[in-house]
Amino acid sequence: MTDSAPTHAAASAERVAHAPFVYRLEQFGLIIVWVLLIAVFGYLRPDTFLTWPNFSTILGSQAVLVVVTLGLIIPLTANDFDLSIAFIMTLSSMLVAVLNVNYGIGIGWAVIAALALGVAVGLINGLLITIFRIHSLIVTLGTGTFLHGATLWLSDSMTISGISPSLMNAVIVDRLFGVPLEFYYAIVLAALVWYLLEYTALGRRILFVGRGREVARLSGINTDRIRIACLAASGFLGALAGVLYAGTQGAADPVSGVTYQLPAFAAAFLGSTCIAPGRFNPWGATVAVYFLVTGITGLVFLGFSSFIQEMFYGGALVIAVTLSQLVRGRQEQQF
Amino acid sequence: MEASVGVARPRTAPVPALRLWDLSKTFGGQKALDKASLEIAPGEVHGLLGQNGSGKSTLIKILAGFHAPDPGSRLEIGGANVALPLAPGEFRKRRMSFVHQHLGLIPSLTALENLLLGRLAEREAWAMNWSAERRAARALFTSYDIDIDPDARVADIAPVERALLAIVRAITEMNEAGGVGAGLLVLDEPTPFLPKRDVDRLFQLVRAVIAKSASVIFVSHDVDEVMEITDRATVLRDGKVAATIQTNAATKADFIEAIVGRKLAAMTPPTPPAVRGSSHAVVHNLSGGTIEGFSLDLAAGEVVGVTGLIGSGYDEIPYLIYGAREARSGTLDIGGRGVELSKIRPRDAIRYGVVLVPADRANAGVIGALPVADNVTMPTLASRFRWWMLRRRAMTAEAGEMGRRFEVRPADPTMTVASLSGGNQQKVVLAKWFQMAPKLIRLDEPTQGVDIGARQTVFRHIASAASAGAAVLCASSDYEQLAAICSRVLIFAAGRVIAILEGAEINKEAIAERSLAGSFA
Repeated sequence: MTDSAPTHAAASAERVAHAPFVYRLEQFGLIIVWVLLIAVFGYLRPDTFLTWPNFSTILGSQAVLVVVTLGLIIPLTANDFDLSIAFIMTLSSMLVAVLNVNYGIGIGWAVIAALALGVAVGLINGLLITIFRIHSLIVTLGTGTFLHGATLWLSDSMTISGISPSLMNAVIVDRLFGVPLEFYYAIVLAALVWYLLEYTALGRRILFVGRGREVARLSGINTDRIRIACLAASGFLGALAGVLYAGTQGAADPVSGVTYQLPAFAAAFLGSTCIAPGRFNPWGATVAVYFLVTGITGLVFLGFSSFIQEMFYGGALVIAVTLSQLVRGRQEQQF
Repeated sequence: MEASVGVARPRTAPVPALRLWDLSKTFGGQKALDKASLEIAPGEVHGLLGQNGSGKSTLIKILAGFHAPDPGSRLEIGGANVALPLAPGEFRKRRMSFVHQHLGLIPSLTALENLLLGRLAEREAWAMNWSAERRAARALFTSYDIDIDPDARVADIAPVERALLAIVRAITEMNEAGGVGAGLLVLDEPTPFLPKRDVDRLFQLVRAVIAKSASVIFVSHDVDEVMEITDRATVLRDGKVAATIQTNAATKADFIEAIVGRKLAAMTPPTPPAVRGSSHAVVHNLSGGTIEGFSLDLAAGEVVGVTGLIGSGYDEIPYLIYGAREARSGTLDIGGRGVELSKIRPRDAIRYGVVLVPADRANAGVIGALPVADNVTMPTLASRFRWWMLRRRAMTAEAGEMGRRFEVRPADPTMTVASLSGGNQQKVVLAKWFQMAPKLIRLDEPTQGVDIGARQTVFRHIASAASAGAAVLCASSDYEQLAAICSRVLIFAAGRVIAILEGAEINKEAIAERSLAGSFA
């Protein structure tokens, strides 16, 4: 014990000496790479890539992915995985379409029903996890797959189009500064999640539950209730993403929402390497989504076909996380 | 008695299975072992006793090749000189085998898989003949008169069967290792969590081992067990051999005297409580885990210690009066309120002013990955959320202030707790709880892994919390610490209070004596 004092003092001195630069580099690394990426594509394809319509399309169309990612980081902060989120999203968009188109229910009620469904699925996930002490990966894998089946059943495996144009207007047709409104929705949500995680007592408790569940429990925090609430929140945001998706497409199809699953996880983990390194954070996640989409769009403009999308999502995630591990000296990754 | 070790033996004596002498080990200027010696005869069960810090575990770890002893230490196995330090794992080639208290079994695997664990790790062969292995395991268990289903998961079998399995595995590995000699099995406190009748089964197995002329070193805190199973015993005290005892010629008092280092005082029944201030917190009839029917009346400002040998259950009490572990029954009266202990949850306890400083700092005390400020403000978060904003800057400033008050070094609340030393981490835990002006403080091993300097600081903070009106209950196996801070010490055996020491009666030796004496009166 006595000989630990000098090493400890040395470690803290080192931290003071090296930390600010390394920390800043880590904090803004992804943003720097993102700007570089824009510069490179802009130089190579100035006529198509560096245009306002292109940017507004990127910003608008990927708002759905931002919302899914924001939904994911809430339970991830509490150290729970929600693998059902993309399936909730698909079912929610399908429910909006079916209620609105097939049953002629007003779009407002259809949206409310979809959001309620998302919260309900999240609650079921949370209750299964906390009451029966099953790992969140297993529970949400099960409920997600179940919901996928339910979506196929509900839609008869068909795309349903003809959703009320008022939803499309509110999501993608109406614009502010030339950018579809859904982009602003996503930014407002990111701000709300940031407020929740950083500036409320609840947000701190979520972090405590994620990082030290036993410490949190012994400190009087109702860990079960917090985990359930986090999964309900991700269910809600998944359903909201589904509503936005239905508004973006004007239709709902039973499978394409599923392709959001892995990119959302990629963006959540990639986002945890920047802005607030080592923590899932909404601004990092938002930057990560737009970084990934910029890369993919640019590569498509350079003539790659769409297979590049998956390769870029996966490759960028592994490379970015590897770099961030090198920066912090390969400590065990902890979220 | 010590003179009989390490000097010329009668010529007719067989070659000892193991002989250690002039064994010293220094840790940072402190001698954990000081020219200790140990001689194990073939086919002998040899006890190794001593209090915490007497050097027992250091000696065992030297044999296991975990520590290197100081130069000049000597070791002979089966009459042949062996160079020290032993390389890690070399003990296997020397036909030694160890069973530690935690047994080294993987609960989710079957008995058979656990039995083959060591062999599977080394063997190069591709295929396994499971049915042959299963038959061999059955035959092996039968040969030791043990009834364990090879296919049962270790998590599902009784604790004693786990201990038996671990011992059988150690014997098998010892026998398969080859080499000279009959083998030496080291049992390092295998019994503390076993009920008495199960200990007998374990002893049968030990006897079966020595029947095959192997030797056994039996490390234990429990004098009764040592007296029952061993032929001879070596008692360590402060790193030196205090005595080597011929078991059948000794009384329990002889053992305790050798361990504690002074004559055994006449045993008195539990003393009635002296006059204290009005009661502040009262525990009625608490049962849970090992503890049966525990009652305690605590006055404000009082520091009460609970202790005993491992397995006696004293260390469960802080957790049971908190809902951290489930109690079967019992009530707590605090602040004019009666609380059902079987229903209490940590957050209720905190609301009643009951706080807990757990022993397992890394998993239950602090969140190492988060800054000091977050850890310290954890239980008082709600009061820091005003005007829709968590007052983060004020929290950090306040945490810095608390850090100064509790002497946390370095005094930077933005550092992660994991980057602090053990003592400073513990000060963070104290700051976290003591800021709430608790009514009842429970501590479990409050200075475990804490350096000497911080230890004094911890004591001072406990004392000042007590003088501010809290009642303190401290569970510890560190008798010196209990003697330093407690005005009353309750000693447990098998889940019940067997002795109470008060005021001037309390000292390290008295606590050790009563703990070792067990139910003996």
